[in-house]
Amino acid sequence: MSIELPETAGVTEQSPEELEALLDELVIGRDDHLNAPGYVIKPDTVVESLRRLRDDAGFDHLSCVTAQEYDDRYESIYHLKKFDDPTQEVSIVVPADKENPVSQSANAVFRTADWHEREAYDLVGIEYDEHPNLKRILLPDTWQGHPLGQSYDQDQPQVVPLREHKNPLLEDQRAASESETMYLNIGPHHPATHGVLHVKAVLDGEQVVDLEPDIGYLHRCEEQMCQNSTYRYQIMPYPDRWDYISAGLLNEWAYARVAEDMADIEVPEYAQVIRTMGAELCRMAAHFLALGTFALDIYGDFTAIFMYSIRDRERVQNILEDLTGQRLMFNYFRLGGVVWDLPEPREEFIENARDYLEELPTALEEYHDMMTANEILQLRTVDTGVLPPEVAKSYGATGPVARGSGIDYDLRRDDPYGYYDKLDWDVVVEDGCDNYSRLLVRMREVEQSAKIVEQCLDLLEDWPEDERTIQANVPRTIKPKDDTEIYRAVEGAKGELGIYIRADGTEKPARFKIRSPCFSNLQTLPEMSNGEYVPDAIASLGSLDIVLGEVDR
Amino acid sequence: MSSDNQQPFVTDRSRVTTDTQDARLTGQDDRFNSRLREAFGSSPFILTKFDKFMNWVRGSSMFMLQFGIACCSIEMMHTYAVKHDLDRFGAGVPRASPRQADVIIIPGTIVSKFAPRMKRVYDQMPEPKFVIGMGSCTISGGPFQEGYNVVKGAEEVIPVDIHIPGCPPRPEALVYGVAKLQERIANGESAPVVVKPYELEQFGDLERDEIVDQLAAEIDTDDLVMRYNWADSP
Repeated sequence: MSIELPETAGVTEQSPEELEALLDELVIGRDDHLNAPGYVIKPDTVVESLRRLRDDAGFDHLSCVTAQEYDDRYESIYHLKKFDDPTQEVSIVVPADKENPVSQSANAVFRTADWHEREAYDLVGIEYDEHPNLKRILLPDTWQGHPLGQSYDQDQPQVVPLREHKNPLLEDQRAASESETMYLNIGPHHPATHGVLHVKAVLDGEQVVDLEPDIGYLHRCEEQMCQNSTYRYQIMPYPDRWDYISAGLLNEWAYARVAEDMADIEVPEYAQVIRTMGAELCRMAAHFLALGTFALDIYGDFTAIFMYSIRDRERVQNILEDLTGQRLMFNYFRLGGVVWDLPEPREEFIENARDYLEELPTALEEYHDMMTANEILQLRTVDTGVLPPEVAKSYGATGPVARGSGIDYDLRRDDPYGYYDKLDWDVVVEDGCDNYSRLLVRMREVEQSAKIVEQCLDLLEDWPEDERTIQANVPRTIKPKDDTEIYRAVEGAKGELGIYIRADGTEKPARFKIRSPCFSNLQTLPEMSNGEYVPDAIASLGSLDIVLGEVDR
Repeated sequence: MSSDNQQPFVTDRSRVTTDTQDARLTGQDDRFNSRLREAFGSSPFILTKFDKFMNWVRGSSMFMLQFGIACCSIEMMHTYAVKHDLDRFGAGVPRASPRQADVIIIPGTIVSKFAPRMKRVYDQMPEPKFVIGMGSCTISGGPFQEGYNVVKGAEEVIPVDIHIPGCPPRPEALVYGVAKLQERIANGESAPVVVKPYELEQFGDLERDEIVDQLAAEIDTDDLVMRYNWADSP
């Protein structure tokens, strides 16, 4: 009954010693993490080390870049994985001088390093040599200080000159008279940007010449909030607010997984089944909104598809509300399990959920009739916003965006957690690489999620009454050992949602870094849009399905 | 099927006119004997203050700004859409342009980079305008209050008429808040403008501290500047 694992024969696994031999003279020390071996290298050999690991050992996925400040040094960590087998991981640790923190940029090897390193510069203050565009990304350009650095005083006032906020449209923005291009601001308040994204576009007629997403309009200091909270209870409500499109349980799982692995907590099987079911319901709700807003972006369909998708979301939310007590911010997971069992009467809950799943194929048929079979939508989406797989990999794209480009990468199967490996379902992959493929992937993933939920319901129904353990025995306070470091990821609604935690022996994390899938996915937007028409760029943005809460954190 | 019907779609114009005239003359059509008419009696006049009438009209037909910030905007979308359908209360047409809107719902956390943009959107709305603060973040910063980048409530930037608590508030709560706002508008109340978000001062007048000294190279002494005082925020 379990799903078939992908062919990993071609992916040779290297032992830590082999990797050390490969990096050879570059390694100056070891700093192993719980999830992967870590090699310390000099700050001017970043490109060389990463290139060797990518070309000779097959580590083609720069998952995350974590920056942090210690008492005696700064540190950047490059978390590397393989797209073919994400359980093979390696960390490259790059210490930088405390007085003059300069480190080489990895942008030459992995394009995704561009934004990750800008964020590290913005929040922690490490400067990256050879970086093409090292400026602030999340905070305004006028910000003084680096808020996640040790010497930052949060109460210091910020001084902002008025000219920074003057109306950009007051003066004529036309370039010099010979120039043929026009500069167009889209957002941060614009219905097509799915929140508060600002896109700076340079147009030649109707065509996009250059496009630059400007983020940070919803940077609510999630990492700082988590660093100020205790592991046991206080952190769990925050993940709900990263990807807030009903994907709460998926995000909570990211934190639950990393903290449970760190504190060595075993989750009862029954709780894993409930988690799996809840998470997949969340994925369905999240994908429905992606469908609805995509139709809204493509042909302004506010009356039919958008309303239909909200209708289906309402039904999923009703089930989730019965389960968790909340419509949107569930706060349902606890370390070691879930907070409570299925609601009583159980039969009624299971029947409600089954009723919904029964009607789902008809609803999906409607979506297919109105969307994928619709000629207008096909004209607008087929072969627009093309993202070749090599480019997607270099930018660290994951989730439906990667799977729409033919990259067979899904952490639920490749790095199994929860109950996924014991259920029967498929990973959806489309190789069209365009907006249409990404739409198809989402629609077909809804079917797969329904399949998973159905199997979970069967299991829950037949589970013996005296074996329904919803929580493991977890100590009241959790204090992982000093200097324990771990990076773990789960498959969120938008892709690989990872968390890096460094413990310092207290009950609060010393560094809590969130690897947001949308952050990496959004970086691909210029690649997809340059040379296309403006409406196609909007369609590409819609097909990326970003949530600004998760992009900015 | 409609294709089976070979008749073109026509209306008998002559009959429409006569029917309407007949109804007017005889007073038999229901439309002309409404409950409103009954309440007025035989007099076709209402005596009221013009202001009061205008307030009632304003409250009964509100144009909302389509404005999404964070998590609350998802619940706001649900409030506009099927099931909750805010349109039933005369407040359901989201306008994409602030120039066409008279109510702005602020659905989410406001951070330092977005606050000036939100102020500009608010400034672009025509008077009279009303503001609904949705969720705890617009009251105090909510769960993110201690963040270094989070503005501690919408009232730091623009005046708010109605606060709806919750994280996020349920659609029912938003509907209740909108109804309360309509009540207030009909009674001629609106939030007093107590906010002075842009207290500008000349850079040269600022108290000299480390930061100011550091910035002196970039900013002229007679430049106007704003000072975000995070520590003094509520």
